[in-house]
Amino acid sequence: MSPKIGVVSCSGECCVEGTVSRIATRYVLERLKPLNTVTICLPLFLSGDGGERTFTKNYPTIAVDGCDKRCAKKAIEKYSGKTANSIVVSELIEKWGEPKPVSRRELDKKGLELASRVAREIVSSMDGITEN
Amino acid sequence: MNEKIMIIPCSGIGKAFGTISRDATFLVVEDLRKGETDTICLSLLVMGDEEAREMVASQRCISVDGCPMECSKKNLEFSGARLAASFRVFDVVRGHRGLKPQGVTFLDEDGRKISEILAEKIASKVDELKKEGAQR
Repeated sequence: MSPKIGVVSCSGECCVEGTVSRIATRYVLERLKPLNTVTICLPLFLSGDGGERTFTKNYPTIAVDGCDKRCAKKAIEKYSGKTANSIVVSELIEKWGEPKPVSRRELDKKGLELASRVAREIVSSMDGITEN
Repeated sequence: MNEKIMIIPCSGIGKAFGTISRDATFLVVEDLRKGETDTICLSLLVMGDEEAREMVASQRCISVDGCPMECSKKNLEFSGARLAASFRVFDVVRGHRGLKPQGVTFLDEDGRKISEILAEKIASKVDELKKEGAQR
């Protein structure tokens, strides 16, 4: 049986890439790998009861960040453990030459297509990840 | 004084309430009280970013939480923020029993209604805080 993999998005309120990060993560959880993935709210690492600190020990975890500040990766590694992989949406947008979506509140059709593409990239990054 | 009031949602990713906290915040920051309010990434505070800490310590903040874990409020308190008010989505839902928000990735109609109600409450609080600030 495949291991359950953690996919944790930054909260990304500052920029539209944060919204893409969040929606791409939800696409993976709901549509692409619903049986193989779990998530956790990132702010819980600081405000939770401590149980969440074992998250990376229980699930190899992919950090999904909107920008190169990499808050998700850094917070996960500060409070829980090493990430198994890391995705940065702004870097993918640049690499793919895609236009940046406009609204942080609601992605338009192009923005949603971009989120789908990021979601597929997250799934690709799961290859080779095995149980801890 | 043109101090912007910071509104920081939990952006919870597991339930509709987290999405509502985020949506209501953007409604206030980008529409209802555009120019008077702003937001920052809660993740920046979680990872201990100094600039973000200074920002929430120097400007009045409003936390917006989806669930009783109150991640936004607690993270702001840990960060030494000037917390001026706190809102919880589930309190708004309790007050509107007929509305049953669903959907995390995309809010349904009830979710959008709750978000609009919450955004109006936050906007009123912003007005109140601005008035207090102006009287000082």
